Amino acid sequence: MLNKLYRAALITTAAAFFAATSLASFSVNAKGVYQSGPDFFTEVFAPLQAEPKVLWLTPEIRAQASVIVDRPVRGLRVRYHQSNNKTAWILEEIGKEMPITIGVVVENDVIKQVKILAYRESRGGEVRYPAYTDQYRGAALQADYRLNQNIDGITGATLSMWAVNKVAALALYYHAVVIQSSATHQP
Amino acid sequence: MKKQLLATIIGLNLTAAAQAATPSMEQMWEMIQQQQGEIATLKEQLRSNDARIQETEVIAEATISAVEQIAMAPSASSKTTFGGYGELHYNSLDRDDSAASKDEMDFHRFVMFTGHQFSDSVRFFSELEVEHSIAGEDQPGEVELEQAYIEWDFAGQNSAKAGLFLLPIGIINETHEPNTFYGTERNNVEKNIIPATWWEGGAAIKGEISEGLSYDAAIHSGLFLDAGEYKPRDGRQKVGKARADDFAFTGRLKYTAIPGLEVAASVQVQQDVRQGEGESIGGVLFETHVAWQRDDFQLRALYAQWDFDSAINDVAVGADEQTGFYIEPSYRISDNIGLFARYSEYDNLAGSATNTAVEQVDIGLNYWLHPNVVFKIDYQNQDTPSETGYDGFNMGVGYSF
Repeated sequence: MLNKLYRAALITTAAAFFAATSLASFSVNAKGVYQSGPDFFTEVFAPLQAEPKVLWLTPEIRAQASVIVDRPVRGLRVRYHQSNNKTAWILEEIGKEMPITIGVVVENDVIKQVKILAYRESRGGEVRYPAYTDQYRGAALQADYRLNQNIDGITGATLSMWAVNKVAALALYYHAVVIQSSATHQP
Repeated sequence: MKKQLLATIIGLNLTAAAQAATPSMEQMWEMIQQQQGEIATLKEQLRSNDARIQETEVIAEATISAVEQIAMAPSASSKTTFGGYGELHYNSLDRDDSAASKDEMDFHRFVMFTGHQFSDSVRFFSELEVEHSIAGEDQPGEVELEQAYIEWDFAGQNSAKAGLFLLPIGIINETHEPNTFYGTERNNVEKNIIPATWWEGGAAIKGEISEGLSYDAAIHSGLFLDAGEYKPRDGRQKVGKARADDFAFTGRLKYTAIPGLEVAASVQVQQDVRQGEGESIGGVLFETHVAWQRDDFQLRALYAQWDFDSAINDVAVGADEQTGFYIEPSYRISDNIGLFARYSEYDNLAGSATNTAVEQVDIGLNYWLHPNVVFKIDYQNQDTPSETGYDGFNMGVGYSF
């Protein structure tokens, strides 16, 4: 009898805790969206306004991008912002099941910043913390289109780490393409 | 005189010629009018061309957007996800006392994941497993539902789940796809002490307390040790008409704020592993582990301990304390190859005065053909006080997607 009472008390306590945290949730932002795209670009180039541009995915670019992310790249173009040798990209990659929205800033062919703008997976969200994303600073692209820096992972977040690695490498590749293209078209 | 006359005649002729070439004011006006008309026509053409260019740009943008929408729109079925993992093992082992051997080929696990995203905050996840390839009466295998739960993100970084789920204890209980760990077979400590893979039915919440510090709390069905049983592994009811006279509670704190480092501790309370039959036996499991990765080096270490009420000693002397630990350094010599060594020790009768511990050393390598496809080979040396340990080779191939 005492045991039954004990169990009922525990269940009641758990239910009360659950209800209290549920009510508290109304004051919290929706899970996973940390910064909008426009806010990201504004922050990256402040106090200047960078020029919004479009990179058209030619068959060659698409083929190389698909190799980097290890899946077919869809879409016809990629929007980005540029100011001199600095470009900023917002790209998405699926970790396990849901897309992670990742902002990448590249300057002079190395990564200046990686920022997780939205995370939707139920596990592995630790990749959004600066302690993790700061590891990408200074990374460049090797000849084999991989990052030239080792990134320490997070146990249980391996798939999210792979997704961020791929996007970082892809942004470096896109950056190289647009910088090379603008150099070719210089008068 | 003649020269002067000639100059005068030439001058007169030139003036006359010049007067004849210069248009009159009326002619000039006509020409200007004509040119004005042409300019107006050209302006009109330019305006028309600009409008056409703008219209073309709008059409192009609309077309590109539509193509992108079609190309990139998630299909209706993308809300439902499918995945899986599996592993085939070959064991070639001999017992220390030469009384037995184990030469076996086994498709140990074939697992299918199915998930569905009902909304941004409500999802379903399941894991269905065929163990040892074939199930049925007198067959070696089983068909098991290892996960099936509804998860709801009820607050920013907090979620709740209800159903059948893996308990938040240890390193491999929740993440056990073959490409994520070293060794063909899973380590003995998490298998025999924790005991992984361990799932129960109930409800749980999890979330983040601060950056890199997360919690789990669960209330769920408990173990049931039938008469004569004392090992936690024997007490798993697998949520099949499970006895639920007494529940169990699991809590975990996990720290992952430093990249490459995970430190966690779990505590579980079992109210009564006899589920009301005979004398009550309560139990507490404590587990802690660290997983540390720095560049190509990785270290995993885990300790787990059960404390049961002394009444369990009536079943087996020393079963009131059951402990185990392992330490596993590994080194990735390339993107594809990693070497590991593991020392493990576990004892399901650690409370007894006699030595009953099982010690095991494993060394081997993983070869990743792809990040999600792994081949494994390792050598194990197992020692028990009664010379019943198995030594030999294990090989395997595994995948996950």
